[in-house]
Amino acid sequence: MATNNDQIEKLIEGELSWQELRNDVLPDPKDQQRFETTRAVLQSSVDWDNPILVPLNDHLYVVGTDEGRKVKADCGAVLCDAGENWKMHTDVRVREDSDELEELYTTWMSPDEDWTFQLREFFCPNCYEQLDVEAVPAGYPILQKFDPDIDTFYEDWQDELAPDKR
Amino acid sequence: MSKTVDDTGDETDQPIGWDGQTLQEMLATSEELLEETDRYYGTETLELKDEDPFTYEQMFARVRGALVNARETALHVSASPIVREIGELSFQLYTPEGDCIAPSTGIIVHVHTGSLAIKYMIEEDYEHERGINPGDIFCNNDNELGNVHTTDVHTIVPIFHDGELVAWADGVTHEVDIGGMTRGHDQVASTSRYEDGLYATCEKIGDDDELYQDWKDRAQRAVRTPMYWDLDEKCRLSGCHMLRTAVEDMIDDVGVEQFKQFSREAIEEGRITLEERVKERLFPGTYRDASFMPVPFEEAGWKPTSQQNMLNHLPVEMEVFADGSLSVDMEGASPPGPHPYNSAAGSMQGGLWVSLTQCLLHDGKVNDGSYFAVDTNFPEGSVVNPQDPSRSYHTSWGSIMPSYNAVWKNLSRGFFARGFREEVVTGYSETGDTLQGGGQFDATEEYFPVGPFDLSCQGLGASAVRDGLDHGYAMWNPEADMGDIEEWEIVEWGLPYLGRELKPNTAGHGKYRGGAGWGALRVVAGASDVSLSKHVRPGVSFSTSGLHGGYPQATNYSVRAHETDLHDRFDDREQYPTGDRLPEDLDENIDGDIVRTERGLYFPTTFDEGDLVYYHMGGGPGYGDPLERSVERVVADVEEDIYTPDVVERVYGVVGEFDEASRTFDLDEEGTEQSKAEIRERRETESQPASEFWETERERIQDGDVSDPVTWMYSGVLDQSEEWGAQFREFWDLPAEFDME
Repeated sequence: MATNNDQIEKLIEGELSWQELRNDVLPDPKDQQRFETTRAVLQSSVDWDNPILVPLNDHLYVVGTDEGRKVKADCGAVLCDAGENWKMHTDVRVREDSDELEELYTTWMSPDEDWTFQLREFFCPNCYEQLDVEAVPAGYPILQKFDPDIDTFYEDWQDELAPDKR
Repeated sequence: MSKTVDDTGDETDQPIGWDGQTLQEMLATSEELLEETDRYYGTETLELKDEDPFTYEQMFARVRGALVNARETALHVSASPIVREIGELSFQLYTPEGDCIAPSTGIIVHVHTGSLAIKYMIEEDYEHERGINPGDIFCNNDNELGNVHTTDVHTIVPIFHDGELVAWADGVTHEVDIGGMTRGHDQVASTSRYEDGLYATCEKIGDDDELYQDWKDRAQRAVRTPMYWDLDEKCRLSGCHMLRTAVEDMIDDVGVEQFKQFSREAIEEGRITLEERVKERLFPGTYRDASFMPVPFEEAGWKPTSQQNMLNHLPVEMEVFADGSLSVDMEGASPPGPHPYNSAAGSMQGGLWVSLTQCLLHDGKVNDGSYFAVDTNFPEGSVVNPQDPSRSYHTSWGSIMPSYNAVWKNLSRGFFARGFREEVVTGYSETGDTLQGGGQFDATEEYFPVGPFDLSCQGLGASAVRDGLDHGYAMWNPEADMGDIEEWEIVEWGLPYLGRELKPNTAGHGKYRGGAGWGALRVVAGASDVSLSKHVRPGVSFSTSGLHGGYPQATNYSVRAHETDLHDRFDDREQYPTGDRLPEDLDENIDGDIVRTERGLYFPTTFDEGDLVYYHMGGGPGYGDPLERSVERVVADVEEDIYTPDVVERVYGVVGEFDEASRTFDLDEEGTEQSKAEIRERRETESQPASEFWETERERIQDGDVSDPVTWMYSGVLDQSEEWGAQFREFWDLPAEFDME
């Protein structure tokens, strides 16, 4: 189904009505221009000019800069180079003890602390938005969960150069 | 060469494959052409589809219609509510080589498992050694040869035309009991094959459309519920025969050559469709996630070998390639263990299908074509591909479901990157099994099984634009529903319900929350010799995460009450419990021996008259930062009993007064603003740079300062996978000889 900029803005903001979501956005076939529409909406929502290449989550993007491709937050903080694990450049809070876990969950419905299982909350070091939460056993490596192949996407799938190369 | 029998009943030495080939020759040709051309059977163009699309689509619709018709009709032959009410059955149509042309609706996790069983029969040369003839009936539930778990049973029927095998029909049902070491269908106590129960290993169980008497006797005497077994078998067989008739009619209408051409083109189209959909919906690159399966058997386990706490590692790395193909790699999965969660590679591939059909291919031609477009690595000798028939595979979902929680998150990162936020799903609650067991109903002195499938209503994970579905989803059968209480009570005579209710605080927190779970309380009434086990996972630890700042759902616990004063309460017209809405609510309305643990499971336990059993189903994972959830939604959450007021204040910073009687929440706007600001300030003061965390956590690993089950996990994986071990050591900058014991 074809969608318009207004609908995508509302989709991103979570303000799209169920009727529009059901009738215009969810059904197949999907609108072929969705990526570009989304990218344009996101670009207009941030206060900086670096071209967004791909959104990673609600607050992080891979962007093009004069110093190469970077992971940048919507607040303006630049976390790292695009190929790096951005979580290693955040601030992290770890919940492992029962009293820390039971702040979020009730008694009997959170992990047994004797199992040394952790919730790792990763925050933007500038604005403290919560960017990711890992639920892993103690000692587990911090995974780089998505490593996008940006040039293959633009050049092979979109048949154009990435915005930072145009 | 043994004789085979043609349609006229005459013996013949002619091969039964197409154009004078044996089945082994057909399978070898198929595999060679796929290898050479990357296309199913080397099909370069979809000629029938291109030249006569109407006929092609009509044929596919006819096959699908026949499959769905077989399912919807045959299920009425069954008496088991698991099959009849919940629809735990499916039918599939395969090529002679065992490649799925189309599945019915239902437990389509079996799209590929039936395929593996047929290929096994071909590779073992059943064509000559055992004979494959018109009217033959085969049966398989041997997991390593093509099945998900022991209690799923396949009936497989060859379809002939003029002496040639043109297709196979396969029907699967989930049995209420498979005759294992304990009552129930998904045993928790089983640690090896020798405790699993009845196995049929690609066995010929009938000919001339009749089941062998010795097979019927063997099977019905091997299970605790022979009547359900008998009717389930007749259900599968009648559905296969309906399908056979439909294929024969189609061949009469279009000719056998067109049917053959259609079979191959439909599978190639399935392969092409998946690649096109990947290019349309995902983003090329590498995706990583990991799930974990706690196995808290130290206290609960029966056999000495299983009496330990274990933690299975289920990592999933996926790659989306430039050509639109996908890979799923579980390098680093734990070794198999003395538990029922071992999962054969075919089971894992089944999990892939049931996932892809919901995430990516919900409107395409779903068949084995998709299988040929995905490169999978379920490492040999791991818990997701033990290659060891002596293992127990009774509850393989204990590995499948956590693993695909990771797959769904990986795919969702791709959807998000492409702007398809509405397609994001953070995962789901993993079902486990509510209750299993059985007993004798005093009024009839008959055995009644317990295996309610109301577990098929879990919380679904959130998307990136809305909350997850509350108590209405099962990953393994997207069409399943909870079933009326009365439907289960019809069968489970001695275990009526005292209540079903929404379970607050189960949903994973986030900007969009996961769907919520629910709970039920039941009582032993008018029954004796009752034994029940409960198996809801995960307890004791999380198995999966949320997405993009959302949290995982709450964990599960167990509670039961023995030697209760329930009958006294009935006599005295006093309040009795109807659930355990908030943990320990139950205790307020019952006196007795209340047993409560953080483990979501207990092994078979004796229950007496008036004893109570409680079980609850989980919520789904959340999406995004909870502080970004709109206050209006949080208020609604409290009023609808998704969360309690204390929890929303701590997690979402939403403050107010809740009136239970009117179920209204009076928002304190100023207090909420202040509370949210405090939560954000605490993030800054209570966090540390990830680099500092890395330093302290590294020291901890070097000191071995983690729990025994976590040590068990690392030790097993470092021993199992050189590749994963190298990544682990590289991340923590540990020497090559580092190990954990």
